Amino acid sequence: MTIIKLSDIGFKYSEDWVLRHVSFEMKKGEFLGIIGPNGSGKTTLLKTIDGIFIPQEGEIRIDGVPGRQLSRMDLARRIAVVPQDTQLIFPFTVEEVVLMGRAPHLGKLRFEGEKDFRIVEQAMKATDTYSLRRRGINALSGGERQSVLIARALAQEPRIMLLDEPTALLDIRHQVAFFDLIKTLNRDRSLTVIAVTHDINLASDYCDRIVLLKSGQIYAQGAPREVIVEKNINEVYGTNVLVDQNPVTGKPRVTLLSSHPSDGGSRSEAGAAPQL
Amino acid sequence: MIKHFVLSIFIFFGSSIFSADKGQADRAVTLSRVIRVSVLLGLVLFLVSLVSMLVGPSQIGTASLLKIFFSGLFGSEIVLPDMEKTILFSIRLPRIVFAGLVGAALAAAGVVFQGLLRNPLADPYILGISGGSAVGAIIAIISGAGAIPFGTPGLSFLGALATIVLVYGIARSNRELQSNTLLLAGVIVNAFFSAVIMFLVSVSSNTNLHSIMFWLMGDLSLVVGEDIPAIALFMAVGFSVIYLYARHLNLIVMSEETAMQLGVDVEKTKKILFLTASLITAAAVSVSGIIGFVGLIIPHIMRMLLGSDHRLLLPSSLLFGASFLIVADTVARIAMAPAELPVGVITALCGAPYFIYLLRRRGV
Repeated sequence: MTIIKLSDIGFKYSEDWVLRHVSFEMKKGEFLGIIGPNGSGKTTLLKTIDGIFIPQEGEIRIDGVPGRQLSRMDLARRIAVVPQDTQLIFPFTVEEVVLMGRAPHLGKLRFEGEKDFRIVEQAMKATDTYSLRRRGINALSGGERQSVLIARALAQEPRIMLLDEPTALLDIRHQVAFFDLIKTLNRDRSLTVIAVTHDINLASDYCDRIVLLKSGQIYAQGAPREVIVEKNINEVYGTNVLVDQNPVTGKPRVTLLSSHPSDGGSRSEAGAAPQL
Repeated sequence: MIKHFVLSIFIFFGSSIFSADKGQADRAVTLSRVIRVSVLLGLVLFLVSLVSMLVGPSQIGTASLLKIFFSGLFGSEIVLPDMEKTILFSIRLPRIVFAGLVGAALAAAGVVFQGLLRNPLADPYILGISGGSAVGAIIAIISGAGAIPFGTPGLSFLGALATIVLVYGIARSNRELQSNTLLLAGVIVNAFFSAVIMFLVSVSSNTNLHSIMFWLMGDLSLVVGEDIPAIALFMAVGFSVIYLYARHLNLIVMSEETAMQLGVDVEKTKKILFLTASLITAAAVSVSGIIGFVGLIIPHIMRMLLGSDHRLLLPSSLLFGASFLIVADTVARIAMAPAELPVGVITALCGAPYFIYLLRRRGV
């Protein structure tokens, strides 16, 4: 069942197209990774799917309904977004932030009821943030704060979750924990996930499918094995990488090749470069 | 005796909120908590008003007031000297109600501006409404239009409205309101009006100067009893509209993008809230002058005591702002009796040190 369909999307802020001729489809329960260099339009693409930017060309359909026909409330009940980080000026507690995820399901004046508190409690337990619920959100570490934002997204009970470089500020333990959690949700609740990330290896390990963007256009899309190959990565990112196989997952693995290797080791190609 | 009254009220203020809402500040806001805090702060407001009615240059005994109160309760005839009746109901009561309305309006507008602009330094005057309003009032005073009914508040309100149109006109681009542009537009417009005010002050006569200074420092002695129902209605509508968007305000404080992702029509909400908060500020300023500090510190005090959720923050700030300004105005009336001080002097004199104390203790 197709849940998201983009046909020939074009978007520009002013003069130049930031996205052009972008088309892809997603089935319910799919896990899609969007990769590409800085400025290739990854985040912009995410924001057009979420309805924050309205594309000038093409059409986005969510559940078969054109995005333009969906109100912000309709969208918020279907799509949740986990941002990179959040900075708050005024001190909300963790529980209050997660409760905000219920907003799309409540009327203007209705307070959260028992059901909402139960959903929020489950969301906090699923993300290991329940013990933090009375703490101020600004008093948490980056990793904890990110978990709270996932809890908020879960409390929204979405069918689609968009992740905008969610692990950029996390250490490796939290990166893996984050993606493991998302993968579990993706499998158990057949949550549809789109993750924008700079970490090609994480995308390779977790995503069913990869979209590689270059200057606002899709350069390649398909299974990680098809997209993450040396030729594509070298060409799109303009840098030299080595792609082999992750010995554990069997997925493609990218190794960055420095032009200044400190020991001049086994990388014959890069070893030829002058040493500092 | 009077001093003890005022002092005991201040102590009552702080302790009552703390004790009744103890250990709740980090809990999620529920309807029952909003009602509990509102009833409590409503009670504080009632008691403050009662004490304020007893205080003034002419002594009216506690017995008289109690007599009125109980005769009212039991439906019996009030037997009081006409003098006392006039002082209580035609002079003091209107002024207390008036101070309460202005305090509530400034505190509520302060909450909205701080939230929408995501700026803890924001207050109701940050968009220049006070400046435009002051220019209108000063023109009224200088030209003699202040002598006719509604002269000063009328022109002052017009000045405030003109400022609102001007500032939003500057900040509006592509049918979107940019908060930062709005803030800058407000600062610039305020600076411009300050220059105009300085100019008008420097060319005005000595007799007008005193009225102008009082107006600029905030003055609640201008009230006429008959105006109160209209002002009260205006404020009530404003407060209701703002409260409808209290939860949306929580989400906008997170960030405008987050609010959109959680289903809020951000542009529409911002316009409605900015406009409503601006209008109640304009109404308050045009009848009372520029009373500083209420709109800045009351929201912060309430946030520190009760948390950041606007569904609790708005009603509590509104009620506490009302109580605060009534106390400040009472002090302004009696501190140098029979002369009166501008109430803005009192709010700044007690507001600033208390705020510094809170800041040192808890941080904003």
